[in-house]
Amino acid sequence: MTPADRFAHLPSLLAADTELRRRGRWVDVDCRIDVGAEPFHLTIRQGELTELERGPRLMRAIAFSIHATDEAWQRHWRKLPEPGWHDLFALTKRGVASIEGDLRPLLQNLQYFKDLLALPRRLPEGH
Amino acid sequence: MPPMLDPMVGRYLRLEIEGVAHRLYFEEAGRGIPLVCLHTAGADGRQYRHVLADAEITRRFRVLAFDMPWHGKSSPPDGWERDEYRLTTASYTAAIRAFCAALELERPVVMGCSIGGRIVLNLAIAHADEFRALVALEAADFQQPWYDTSWLHRPDVHGGEVCAALVSGLIAPHSPPASRHETLWMYMQGGPGVFRGDLYFYRVDGDLRDKVGTIDTRVCPLYLLTGEYDFSCTPDDTLRTAAQIPGVEVQIMKEVGHFPMSENPAKFRDYILPVLAKISSLPDRARPARS
Repeated sequence: MTPADRFAHLPSLLAADTELRRRGRWVDVDCRIDVGAEPFHLTIRQGELTELERGPRLMRAIAFSIHATDEAWQRHWRKLPEPGWHDLFALTKRGVASIEGDLRPLLQNLQYFKDLLALPRRLPEGH
Repeated sequence: MPPMLDPMVGRYLRLEIEGVAHRLYFEEAGRGIPLVCLHTAGADGRQYRHVLADAEITRRFRVLAFDMPWHGKSSPPDGWERDEYRLTTASYTAAIRAFCAALELERPVVMGCSIGGRIVLNLAIAHADEFRALVALEAADFQQPWYDTSWLHRPDVHGGEVCAALVSGLIAPHSPPASRHETLWMYMQGGPGVFRGDLYFYRVDGDLRDKVGTIDTRVCPLYLLTGEYDFSCTPDDTLRTAAQIPGVEVQIMKEVGHFPMSENPAKFRDYILPVLAKISSLPDRARPARS
């Protein structure tokens, strides 16, 4: 299973995490997460992932996008990630991830987004 | 059932720092060699509560942890509302020396973490003969910035939440959840702009790359310990720094991040006890005469 295939499980992973959805209840944002070459468009309303669209979308307005390489996500999503691969900003610092756009909604809800993007760790290893 | 009391006691100390009156909160426990503990940027002395409560340490050391001005229960000085808080190498060094002098600590050991570790390096550079030994946790002569600190203090982003969320990644994934979240809670409680003001020292004013080579560990022994999960002050940053200092002792701590004493107290204990044992066995020489 590719890293993008793992990320495609995000709706069920978030649905199973009532605590994260509670913490994210103020989050209303459209954003894009690139897993290697594959873009995902996220529509988040009151902390719920109301839509996750896989693949390119023409002229889709987003607040911000986060891009990381396949390797970066793969290592980030290990149950116990190695040093330097364990946090979103560890990835940007080492140059394998980047964040672009209007960072305000991201920084206003930073722990929510960090935890959201780490959810694939909960999938079985090798899944 | 008798009350369950932790062994440390808290007091307020009146003193002047650079000619300005301050009222500093500190906690202490134990008897013996004074061991002054310096917290990280944007936090307070509670980070050392496990060191303060460790009988193996307090039977040989008088452990003291003070909240820096503007942090924890140490209020800013009168008139703070007219200034933007900015910590500098000079003001930080002055605060530590003023605290030690006011309490009449004779050649204390100073242990600091993060910005506390960086300033310990400056103590080794500029004031080594005042200290029995120096311990720098998560310290280096310089670190590459990894975010824009302007996000830490603006009205449309909650300062406490963003500070905690940023530093959360510096905690090792192995650290116990309760200790992780206790560490983050202190960041959530910081005053507006205080974490950012501390980082002024870290990012702008405290570059020691040209100076650490002058440290003489024969005057004052120096110990560097850094967690492998610290991507702010990386193990490579610490090792690069250590390579310039003859006689320094350096150790990389496994399964630990940027806040060893508070994010994983049990693991930190394994690393710090041998260092403190070495320090306690150092000859108790008098302060060298100044030339």
